[in-house]
Amino acid sequence: MEAAIAITIGILFGSGVWLVLRPRTFQVIIGLLLMSYAVNLFIFVMGRLWIDQAPLTLAPGTPDPSVHADPLSQALVLTAIVIGFATTALYLVMMLGARGLTGSDHVDAEEEDEQ
Amino acid sequence: MLLPVLLLLPFVCSVIAACMPADARNREVWLAGTACFVSLLGVASLFPQISAGEVMRYELAWMPAYGLDFVLRVDGLAWLFMVLVLGIGMLVVLYAHYYMSPEDPVPRFFSFLLAFMGAMLGIVMSGNLIQLAVFWELTSITSFLLIGYWHHRADARRGARMAFTVTASGGLCLFAGVIILGRIVGSYDLDVVIAAGEQVRAHTLYFPALLLIVLGALTKSAQFPFHFWLPHAMAAPTPVSSYLHSATMVKAGVFLLMRLWPVLSGTEEWRWIVAGAGVCTLLIGSFAAIFQHDIKGLLAYSTISHLGLITVLLGIGTPLAMVAAIFHTINHATFKASLFMAAGIIDHESGSRDMRILRGLGRHMPITATLAIVASAAMAGVPLLNGFLSKEMFFAETLLVGGDTDWWMSGAALAMGIFSVTYSLRFISIFFGKPQVDLPRVPHEPPRWMRFPVELLVLLCLVVGVLPALSIDQILHNAVYSVLGEQMPSYDLAVWHGLNIPLVMSIAALLGGVLFYRLLRRRFNPDLREHVPLIHRFSGAQGYENVMSALSRSADFVLELFNTVRLQPQIFCILLAMVAVIATLGLPSSRHLADPFANLDPLFALLLAIGCICAVAAAWQAKYHRLAALALLGGTGVVVSVVFLWLSAPDLALTQLMVETVTTVLLLLGLRWLPPRKTPKELAIEVPRRVWLRRSRDLALAVMSGLLLAGITYAILLRPSADTIGDFFLLRALSEGGGTNAVNVLLVDFRGFDTLGEITVLAAVGLTIYALLRRFRPAPESLVQPEQQTDPLDPAIHQAPSRQARTGYLMVAGIYLRLLLPFMLLFAVYYFMRGHNLPGGGFVAGLIFAVAIILQYMLAGAVWVEAHLRVRPFRWLGLGLILACATGLGAWIFGYPFLTSHTAHLHLPLLGEVHVPSAFFFDLGVFSVVVGSTMLILIALAHQSIRSHRQPGKSADVEASASMQESS
Repeated sequence: MEAAIAITIGILFGSGVWLVLRPRTFQVIIGLLLMSYAVNLFIFVMGRLWIDQAPLTLAPGTPDPSVHADPLSQALVLTAIVIGFATTALYLVMMLGARGLTGSDHVDAEEEDEQ
Repeated sequence: MLLPVLLLLPFVCSVIAACMPADARNREVWLAGTACFVSLLGVASLFPQISAGEVMRYELAWMPAYGLDFVLRVDGLAWLFMVLVLGIGMLVVLYAHYYMSPEDPVPRFFSFLLAFMGAMLGIVMSGNLIQLAVFWELTSITSFLLIGYWHHRADARRGARMAFTVTASGGLCLFAGVIILGRIVGSYDLDVVIAAGEQVRAHTLYFPALLLIVLGALTKSAQFPFHFWLPHAMAAPTPVSSYLHSATMVKAGVFLLMRLWPVLSGTEEWRWIVAGAGVCTLLIGSFAAIFQHDIKGLLAYSTISHLGLITVLLGIGTPLAMVAAIFHTINHATFKASLFMAAGIIDHESGSRDMRILRGLGRHMPITATLAIVASAAMAGVPLLNGFLSKEMFFAETLLVGGDTDWWMSGAALAMGIFSVTYSLRFISIFFGKPQVDLPRVPHEPPRWMRFPVELLVLLCLVVGVLPALSIDQILHNAVYSVLGEQMPSYDLAVWHGLNIPLVMSIAALLGGVLFYRLLRRRFNPDLREHVPLIHRFSGAQGYENVMSALSRSADFVLELFNTVRLQPQIFCILLAMVAVIATLGLPSSRHLADPFANLDPLFALLLAIGCICAVAAAWQAKYHRLAALALLGGTGVVVSVVFLWLSAPDLALTQLMVETVTTVLLLLGLRWLPPRKTPKELAIEVPRRVWLRRSRDLALAVMSGLLLAGITYAILLRPSADTIGDFFLLRALSEGGGTNAVNVLLVDFRGFDTLGEITVLAAVGLTIYALLRRFRPAPESLVQPEQQTDPLDPAIHQAPSRQARTGYLMVAGIYLRLLLPFMLLFAVYYFMRGHNLPGGGFVAGLIFAVAIILQYMLAGAVWVEAHLRVRPFRWLGLGLILACATGLGAWIFGYPFLTSHTAHLHLPLLGEVHVPSAFFFDLGVFSVVVGSTMLILIALAHQSIRSHRQPGKSADVEASASMQESS
């Protein structure tokens, strides 16, 4: 279970890194999104893996923390997801603006001699 | 209480002046003038106490932990400088009213001028060395702003930059110096430091402290070798030159030397550095002044030499020299300020400041000419004027210094006297002779009140010159006493002391000056010289430029060596560093690898496999098949969402799913503006070897980073969880937060302040995107209609999107999606309401709400939706932020800290008892901001395609609707 999750995080992150290193802006945006999935999952699993133990203290009486998932990492990731959307949107608009201004979708805004 | 008010008043007025409209010239002058006048009255009311030898103090705890207090301290010396700053300030304000032209933006001018006045008062009133250094730098900044006031002129920009670089670097030296001084004494309080003179002079750190502080003073007072900035600062408007660069700011340096005189003076080092710099300055300044062509240039060099004179007196260090220094400071301020104003009048009324073409101005402006001649006589040291008195005291002191054998100081003083008579003659020569005819303007007398400040100052020169004992004696006594205390010398301010050597020197200087001037005119006419003879090669300004350009070149060199403008290598380095950091954190050892896939559900494994395959495929396709990559990315996102759900995080799963939807729509909207890309195979080109190499390098890094992150995750997951603060939130979610959903309670209650920050960021991003898109210019080739929309066989191309949804090929989807809208909105409300206790909450609900609206846009187009529905993203944004803040502020009313939550228990008819936590309203704010910013971003982007159609010709939608109307 742990190994499977770890491998998934690794693959998502590796794909993201590969794309972030590419020269085209669209590749970079997809790469950033893949990296953010990986990092969100990474932060999330820092609260360890829990199955069917959502952090909802519905049972009457004093809640028992040992039967609930860690709410802290979940709350952190929740805000990260929303902010991630905002930065993606900002990046997209920058990318479109740069393309309109420079006529190129290369990250350096100018074509290299080949590619 | 008077002291802080005096200090604050100019700053407050500065802010008010800045807020006035650009044409409020009279109001600005009234404001600034009244501020000066009221302050001046306040300062005058202190005179009896100051004369009684009192030192007034006002203290305010500033940083008590470091033993620093904010101290305002007024003694005789500070009082004298306050009168100078405020009095001349008031005259300058009056003068500037007539000087500034209607095109100049006066609010900026008066605002800076008042801010400078406040900073200068801060320096002289500071009772704490650190505080003094802060105000010191503040005067450098305001001086920079005032010199650069006409920032469209290159010389103003250059002069401002030069003055700022020199004086602000000096200020930093001063700062370092006072810190050392404070460490030696153990306190930064001025009174304590002044009392510790013996201790300081005996300390090993005395010399560095002295050197740094003196560097500060010499740069500020334009002393050799830093004197070059002052002539360049003459690019400022003349009121500024008159105020800052002759009467007040340049006196800050000598003020500092006077202030710290009891502590630092009396040693060989002090004498050599201070008096040495002073002698060089007074000779260079007075000599260079003779050969200037610009009146203001002449006055600037003369200011330099007079400041040098004061510095020499301070360097000599006898009590009588201190008397002469303070006296000359006052005298110089009066006659030089009036001369600068007269120069400004000449410039203003004749259109030129060039002494080579100005002639016979006495005929056109007799009163101004008389005033200027009297003031320059004071500058030259003619008897019965104030300059004579202090210059005679200076001659007497130079005689004492050398004793009977060493006459070099007296020689330098005499030379300076001769030169100053010469340049004064050169200056007044513009009033005599045959009137010049082809001046830019026909010269005439200035307005009555423009001349008034000059008249008043010249009157002061005369009164002090004729009746020194009656007019200035008490003020001078107060100032000298506050510096010297018990060492107070006895001196006699009188015009006639009998025939003695100083008087002979004065007469010799006058006669010598006249002779030298005649000689120059006949043999060596200054009007025809381009450069100052002898010393023009040692140009400080050139040295400054050389240093600056060398700095700039070396910065370029370093940038070239270590930097690249290419993003890819930068990102590569960053990621490489990150990988290196992860690698040092430690990886799972072999004992962890016993059974890594125990208790793995096959379904879960399949899910993860799908996610991974999607991610790798997206990475593979992102270059040439963007739509496919986007779909694959969505696949990964959905898998991540299900993983969250599987691993007990329903809130995350919901949020991820909604964000995934919105992100996909967002990227779809962006795809249209990207250039087409063909594979190398289609283009029949060979990918070069270099590119393959780089790709393999990147691939290696990607694989490495993936492996490392997987390894570190695995290593962490196998360790038992440490005690986290998560338990705290679980235990208190219901009892103190009033909700069972710990994640939501954490977001809107325990960590509400974080969430407030987050929604603020969200709102800011939304607004930024909106602002950026307003200026958006798409690439020309993306403006044409896409291929798919111009196929003549497709009937849909002639239909507006709204028609496609009503009767066209989107009819089924249209009916279905419109039916869905109310249900989706209901869903959003449902998720919002239950958020505190069950998965849901403001974020999720806001996203669902936004998606419901966006679906309508995607179906029928922006035009149709906006005709039927008024979406106002700005209102959602604003209301949400206001609601969230108001909920937080509400806690203040009940005396709790910001964002403290409270649960109200209400009994409502029909519904029974209802628990309404205040966090509910906060969450409502979050909901509203999420709806607002999401819609703002997506709609702004969606509108681009309508706009771009409009640009080349008529809008496609308009055309379509027109044809629709024709057919119906």
